[in-house]
Formats: sequence, structure tokens, C-alpha cells
Amino acid sequence: MITNGKFGKYGGIFVPELIIPALEELEEAFLRYKDDEKFVEELEFYLREFAGRPTSLYHAKNLSKKFGCKVYLKREDMLHTGAHKINNTLGQGLLAKYMGKTRLIAETGAGQHGIATAVVGAMLSIPTEVYMGSEDVERQKLNVFRMELSGSNVIPVETGSKTLKDAINEAFRDWISNVENTHYLIGSTMGPHPYPTMVKHFQSVIGKEAKEKILQKEEELPDAVIACVGGGSNAMGIFSGFVDDTAVDLIGVEGGGEGVETKRTGATLCKGTEGILHGSLSFVLQDNDGQISEAHSVSAGLDYPGVGPEHAYLKVTGRVNYVAVTNKEALRGFELLSKYEGIIPALESSHAVAYAEKYANIEGNKGKTIIINLSGRGDKDMFLVAKEMRVDV
Amino acid sequence: MKPFKNDSNNPNQIQSYQEMFQEVKNKGEGAFIPFTVAGDPDFETSIEIVRQYVDNGADALEIGFPFSDPVADGPSVQAADIRSLNSGMTTDKCFEFISRIREFTSIPIGILVYYNLIYKMGLDEFYNKAKNAGINGILAADLPPEEAGDAVNMASQYDLGQIFMVAQTTTNERISEIVKMCTGFLYVVAVMGITGARSDIKKSTVDLIKRVKSHSDLPIAVGFGISKPEHVKDVIQSGSDGAIVASAIINIITQNLDDLDNAKQEIGSFCKELKGSTKNKIDG
Repeated sequence: MITNGKFGKYGGIFVPELIIPALEELEEAFLRYKDDEKFVEELEFYLREFAGRPTSLYHAKNLSKKFGCKVYLKREDMLHTGAHKINNTLGQGLLAKYMGKTRLIAETGAGQHGIATAVVGAMLSIPTEVYMGSEDVERQKLNVFRMELSGSNVIPVETGSKTLKDAINEAFRDWISNVENTHYLIGSTMGPHPYPTMVKHFQSVIGKEAKEKILQKEEELPDAVIACVGGGSNAMGIFSGFVDDTAVDLIGVEGGGEGVETKRTGATLCKGTEGILHGSLSFVLQDNDGQISEAHSVSAGLDYPGVGPEHAYLKVTGRVNYVAVTNKEALRGFELLSKYEGIIPALESSHAVAYAEKYANIEGNKGKTIIINLSGRGDKDMFLVAKEMRVDV
Repeated sequence: MKPFKNDSNNPNQIQSYQEMFQEVKNKGEGAFIPFTVAGDPDFETSIEIVRQYVDNGADALEIGFPFSDPVADGPSVQAADIRSLNSGMTTDKCFEFISRIREFTSIPIGILVYYNLIYKMGLDEFYNKAKNAGINGILAADLPPEEAGDAVNMASQYDLGQIFMVAQTTTNERISEIVKMCTGFLYVVAVMGITGARSDIKKSTVDLIKRVKSHSDLPIAVGFGISKPEHVKDVIQSGSDGAIVASAIINIITQNLDDLDNAKQEIGSFCKELKGSTKNKIDG
């Protein structure tokens, strides 16, 4: 590898030997093309014309009044396919094309990254297969159908807990067997180097736009930037714009599930310990032996027992404050934003909304300016939320 | 039956990889190295299965420590990992398992682990326990040379082998780097992919064996997808010093979960057949 892909001691390339040459090839291509004029121009074209960038930084007046803070929403929910995921799938999809790869594979939990990969595969005419835990296939039939409509083949994974982490295991296995023609399009700032760095790069457009807009609108930096953290890509994307501005509070909100103190939680940074999962050293939810635990959150995107390694670094250095909100609190965030602003957020993003209210209630925080990264929209969560609210739809 | 050559209670009497490979070579054979997951489907049955290996010609043993997320392994081994974990195996019980095996054999024992198990316990404690249990070599499936500095130092401190994999995708430059860090033997990945029983050995495997041999003086053992006596024979005749058989044996366990006595019997005769095909001279 040309660079070591470490954030402090975190990150690295903890993968079987078979994958190393593919990682080397990928890193080399990423470093070659990320600033290549033609590549950048083409990616910007697709981000603008296909995905719908730039997204707005919306001043949520009603929520601001309710919270007693000035609340801005970075509207990644407005993007094609409904979430920030497409920033990364366009970047990696295009990179795969430049590398001459003829097949894309991806993992997906709830289906958002799967759909974002499927549409890019269709648009770039690259055959795409998506691994999805069979439990998730059952729970997210609509998203499976959306992927299939976009021409992708969805492969149900029957091993392990039959959810996201098993889909990742299976995608790795596929890649090990087909490295020559296949690009594995990982959906978050996780996995072995160069993925955490590369996915952050493709998501950093969120932070760049947010910073530019807030400076235009407020003529100063925000007091806080709040984003939800599963694998951590939307958070890395927006944090990257502000990480060097140490006066800005950066807050990562994890899926607390039924409570960080319970076994049913997805709060990897709040509760987990150092370990190696899916190719990098980071924090993981695990038992005393290092066997990986199952994570839980009402939001499928936060339901992962690992987290991107740069988040581990930002945690131990104290640059980012990581907190958790429970399923119940997230549902309140969901209802608040829907009711006060007419914006229905994804359950993942609802965690950030819920924490923003808590942040506003901390003594001394009234009147502060907050950016919430609204990483996705809530259409995908309608049935689940209706069920939680005991509404028959 | 393989006679005990040594006093297995004395760790100094454990046969080294070097001695073992030399011994089989002197007989004009290749080493037969069967794999199983410690504790699959349960601790005692798993001991009995290893006893079948030893009694039916194993020259060394490769023992997997079960892991919840074994990305380098195929469905057979993953299912075995899950059975083992469900039966209550822990890392400490895996060491106990090795100690039990050491009561009846002195042939080299390598373990195949995922690095998180080592990292969580702490390298010093893990390698110390490995040494005390009578292990010869440690292969961490997800630990490439780039990340293996600490492990290699620890292995050398405890006089254990640190074993690495090479694959078709591994360049000659990398092979040379890996050889510098590797002790015991090189694990050569036969097919492009994960463990699993396959129907034929590709020509590319034969080429890989020759390529590795030209870059290394270490003994090599070929694994992944070696599922039939003919495969064993092919790789040995292509110049490999040994053959590792995993999924094909585990499949016998999987297919006989309701009749484990039958599983043991079938495994015994399958091992005998596999060992037989390491002997070059059989039908030329």
C-alpha cells in the first residue's frame, strides 16, 4: 500500500492475503483519480445532474423556536434515492468504471446503500449484485423490489445473524473469489484501508457545502454540528468540513436501541471496546473473547456492531463527543421534525434531531447555532414507525 | 496407527514442522494436514475426531478457533464455527482442547484464528497460552504482513511459528516479504477464493506452487478447496510439501450430526485415503 490508512492506531488492513492486491489496486486508483481533472468533472456532473447536489442548508424556523436554538438542516434527504449514500456510490461507481471493473457488489442493511448502488450500477451500465441478510430481505421487501427494478440482483444471506454484518462477510467472500473483475462498493467509512479514507472523501462534499452555506448565512461558524453514526459516513462527511475548526462542537449520535446499558443497543463507540472487525481496528461490540455481538437499533442503518476507524480516533482524541439516544427518543425526534417542519426524516437522522433537542436543553446552549445533518428521508421507515405508533396503514 | 515417537508431556519433545516435513520427505511422501474447528460439534466429539485424524495418518494438525465472523472461510467452516460457539467454546477452552490433544500426539499443531481473538486477549497472554498448550504455529487469517509486526515479535519471543498465507494474487515481491516474516511453513491458497470443497484443482494452483517454491525455502502446504484424494495427490506431485484438507472433512460432520459415531468412522477412513494419496508412488 502507498499509505498506511491509520488514524492514530486505528484503521489498517486486517484482511486475508487474497484481498491485499485488490486493496492495493483500489488505493492506487483512488489516489490517481481523486484529483484527476476529468474524473472530478465527471463526478461533479453526476452529483449535480443525477443526484441533485448541492443540497440546501435549511433554516428550520419552527424547530428553532421550539428548541431555543438556531437550527439548520443539511438536506441530504433531498438527494436521489433519499439519502447521502449516493455521494459515495457515485464516486466509487465511477472509480470502478475508470478501473475497468465490470461488476459491482455491495452490502446493505435496510437497503439504502443497496439502492444507491443499484441506481448507479444501472446508470453506469455495470452489472450489480447486492448482499442483504435474509432477515433484512424479509423486513425490507419494498427496497428489495426497488433494487431489482434498477436491474440489480439481490442475494439473501442466510449465515450468522442474517443481517448487515453477515451481508458484509458474504460480500467480502464474493470479492475474495472475484477480485479481478469486481469492485466491492462498501457503503460506509468502515472496512480496510482505503475504504474509510475514500468514503470520507466522497462524502466530504456534505461538509464542504455546509460550511460554505453557513458562512454565507450566518457569517460565522456554527456552535455545533450533530450527525448520527452507524458505520459513520454521513457524520464523517459533514464533520470533515469542521474538524479543524476546534471551536465547533462535533457530536456523533449512536443508536442506543433499548438503552446503552442493555444488550439491545447499537452504541458501538459509547459501549464497545477496541477490536478488529471487517478489516480495521476500531471499536466493536463484542464479548470478553472478542466474539462479535449482535447490535440493535430501531433504525437499520445504526444497527451495526462496528464503526468506522476514524470515529474511534476522533473519540479517543476527544475531538468528537459521541452520545447515544434510544429508540424511543429517536421516534420523538422523528415526530418533532415531521410535525414542526413538514420534513419526515429517516429514523437514522431522527437520532440526530432527538439529540439536538437535548443539546439545546443543556445549560448555556440557548441561542446557539446548530447544524443537524439530515442524512436521509423517512419514506423507507413509514411502516415501521406506523407500527411503533400503533397506527394501521 | 501412528506410534508415539516422543514424550508428549514434555513440550521440548513436540515435533517441529521442520522435523515433520523432513521426515515425510525422507519417506518420499507429502504431509497430510487435516483441519477441524475446535469444539465442533462439541468439545468431546471434536477430540474424538482429532483422534481419528491422528490414528489415520495425519502428519500435522490444523485447528481452527471458532469466530463469529470468519470472512476468509466458506459456509462449511462458518457453520462449524457457529456449532462450536453454540456448544460453549471460548478461547480458553480452545487452549484446553489443544492440551487434551497433546495427551495423545506429538505431531505439529497449527492454529487458525482471526486476529480479534488474539487482540482481545492481548498478544502476550495469547502467545503464552498457545506455547503452554503445545501449539507449534499460529496463522491469523486476517493478519497480512503489513499488520503483523507485533505478532511476529511475540511469536519469536515464545518460539512459536507465525504462519502466513500466499495466494495467486500475491506478487513475487510480496512472497519474498512474507517469507522473511514466516516461520514453520507457508500456507498456499489453492484456489481463488474461500475455503470450500471443490471438484477440480486448477492449473493455476500448480503454477502457484512452482512460483512459491522458486521464491522460498520454507516448506509449503496447500489448502482451500482440497477435497479429494486426487487433489492431495495433484498438489503433492506438483511440488507441495503438504496438503491441508478442511471443508471436505467438516462436511462429513455436517452430514452426520445425528449419527456422530458414523461421522467419526467415515472421517477415519477418509483420512486414511487422503494420507494414502500423499505417497507419490501410488499409481505413478
